[in-house]
Amino acid sequence: MTRPTPSVTPVTRVPKTGRRADAELGTGAGGPSEQPVPVFGTWVDAVGPGAGRGAGAPAQTARPARPGRPVGRGVRTGAWAVGLIVLLGASVIVAVTIGPAALAPADVFASIAAHLGIGEPTLSPLRDGIVWELRMPRVLTAAAVGAGLALCGAVMQALTRNPLADPYLLGLSSGASVGAVIVIVLGVGLLLPVAAFLGALVALAATLTLAAGASGGRAGAGGSLTPTRTVLAGLAVASVFGAVTSLVIFWSATGDSYREILNWLLGSLAGTDWTSVAIAGGAVLVIGIPLLTSAKTLDAFAFGDTAAAALGVHVGRSRALLLTATALLTGALVAVSGSIGFVGLILPHGVRLIVGSRHRALLPLSALAGAIFLVWVDTGARTLFDPRELPVGILTALIGGPVFALLLLRNRGLR
Amino acid sequence: MTGAGHADGLRVDRVRFTRGNRLIIDDLDCTVPAGAVGALLGPNGAGKSTLLHLIAGIERADAGAARFGDRDLASLRRRDRARAIALAEQEVTDAPGLTVAEVVALGRTPHLGAFSGPSERDRAIVARGLEDAGLLDLADRDYGSLSGGERQRVNLARALAQEPQLLLLDEPTNHLDIRAQLTMLGLVRELARGGLTVLAALHDLSLAAAYADHVVVLAEGRVVAAGDPHAVLEPELIRDVWGVEASVIEHPATGRPLIAYAGIAGAPLPVPQPVPLPAPLPTGESLA
Repeated sequence: MTRPTPSVTPVTRVPKTGRRADAELGTGAGGPSEQPVPVFGTWVDAVGPGAGRGAGAPAQTARPARPGRPVGRGVRTGAWAVGLIVLLGASVIVAVTIGPAALAPADVFASIAAHLGIGEPTLSPLRDGIVWELRMPRVLTAAAVGAGLALCGAVMQALTRNPLADPYLLGLSSGASVGAVIVIVLGVGLLLPVAAFLGALVALAATLTLAAGASGGRAGAGGSLTPTRTVLAGLAVASVFGAVTSLVIFWSATGDSYREILNWLLGSLAGTDWTSVAIAGGAVLVIGIPLLTSAKTLDAFAFGDTAAAALGVHVGRSRALLLTATALLTGALVAVSGSIGFVGLILPHGVRLIVGSRHRALLPLSALAGAIFLVWVDTGARTLFDPRELPVGILTALIGGPVFALLLLRNRGLR
Repeated sequence: MTGAGHADGLRVDRVRFTRGNRLIIDDLDCTVPAGAVGALLGPNGAGKSTLLHLIAGIERADAGAARFGDRDLASLRRRDRARAIALAEQEVTDAPGLTVAEVVALGRTPHLGAFSGPSERDRAIVARGLEDAGLLDLADRDYGSLSGGERQRVNLARALAQEPQLLLLDEPTNHLDIRAQLTMLGLVRELARGGLTVLAALHDLSLAAAYADHVVVLAEGRVVAAGDPHAVLEPELIRDVWGVEASVIEHPATGRPLIAYAGIAGAPLPVPQPVPLPAPLPTGESLA
């Protein structure tokens, strides 16, 4: 009861002259075939080698391109940008009114007007001081730090092709903290942002070297660094730098060193003044705005280094330049706020869900969203447990930890 | 796409490239005439991808030069080179969270200024690339949701959006079913008819013979044969380069060389023996 096997089953021959056979081969014997060949759903003349170049009009010309076809989601981006700018302005005003001393938005406007020399001071000096000397600088610093961190996160995610990249997770913030703390202990406060930048740069270099070394050495440029190894390397670097920060404070501080340590490790905006606004805001303007113009370059990294190079990007130089810029920005931000985590992770991913991954939209919207986010989270940090104040990094970690977990679940392909 | 200045096509002159201590490309010469489809053949590790990368300027040769028309490619600025040459890699990377149209628009990168967004012309070229690759219906789909074959087409469309005069393809038919392979290569031929010069690394010798005007066979970083597929693809060469016994016959319908493999050199292909199938179950019984 055995049946003939497939290998000995006679094969039905397709007639050589069959229309379909010829059309599908598409290489008419030595010359152009009469049969049309489907080219991705469009019927064009069959062409084979030797099918005369210039024999008849190329089929391409018969298909006019459709100019003006909208590519992407430009309009939506503009609407979001306007909406977020308005929301940021409103958030700043409202956040300033929130706190132990009750204030109205009108009071805030009055104070701003008085200090800008537009109107007469109408507030009592005490209330004016609360608005102008305490809350306004703090809220503005929060906005600048949030914007800067979100921007850094978005840029680092593109350059390392790692959805988990963020100044905090890759150790930059911890490195910056070490630099800042050492300078404070030595009493040369003017160098604070510089030292923080150097700390961030050292930490970045350490993380990338460690990750590249761990993934076999050929990844010096960072393009083939695997996300997991990079994050693990960042964890190692952050641990060491965090410990150094704690040691330096513990060894030198005379007063409330535990609180001081917490503020640097977890990040806090307590005690920020107009100098903080100048440092953080200045850094966001001076470094952030040039970063916005690199959107095209960051887009080109979407498919890796080779593809970026094929698109005309100077891969090594661009990556070094842009990563140094993020270290510089992180340094300035950490100098005023300590290492606030996860802002650079949460916001760019949230914004991507709305406008996609093109950096022309992603970078500015991430910055705006980061500013709004940190304004509100910091307002929570200083009011939720009034009169005690939480380091704001506790709240960002509380929100960011689950987001990190979600990203891990969603990106199952991460190695 | 046609124009004066690159009438000679692509010429690679005594190019040498080492990575670490390993010589990957060894004094290599080859040419692809302008407006021709060139197939780059050779076993794995012969240096096909490296050669494409050298021509595209992604890696720098230690010696020698690649010229396209009268231009020395190494002396071009990166941006200018990216406007003249496009490379479509075989894609294995994960999705970057872009739509198909956005991925194709990446091909405009070397044409964009630092501050300006895409112009009407850029949009039109992207739309044209999408259309040429048959991707109009997929334009708003997420790149990550595409099949391997669709991704290959997107890569091709992205390369076309660069408006290159020289198109380099690294195994463009990988991951494609037979029909999609033929369609891909048919499109490439069509593009060459419009004046584009193409060099494609391929594995399938019969496909290369069917679609290429010119084949270049690499082995261990050197060109061992080049020219018309009829003349180059001989059984002796296939045995020497791939270690495979093959007959080269004429395709009954197209007249192109058709390579039929007989086995690895020294180990002929086993002749299939009839294998008895299990007896059918007696009627009325079930497997349960």
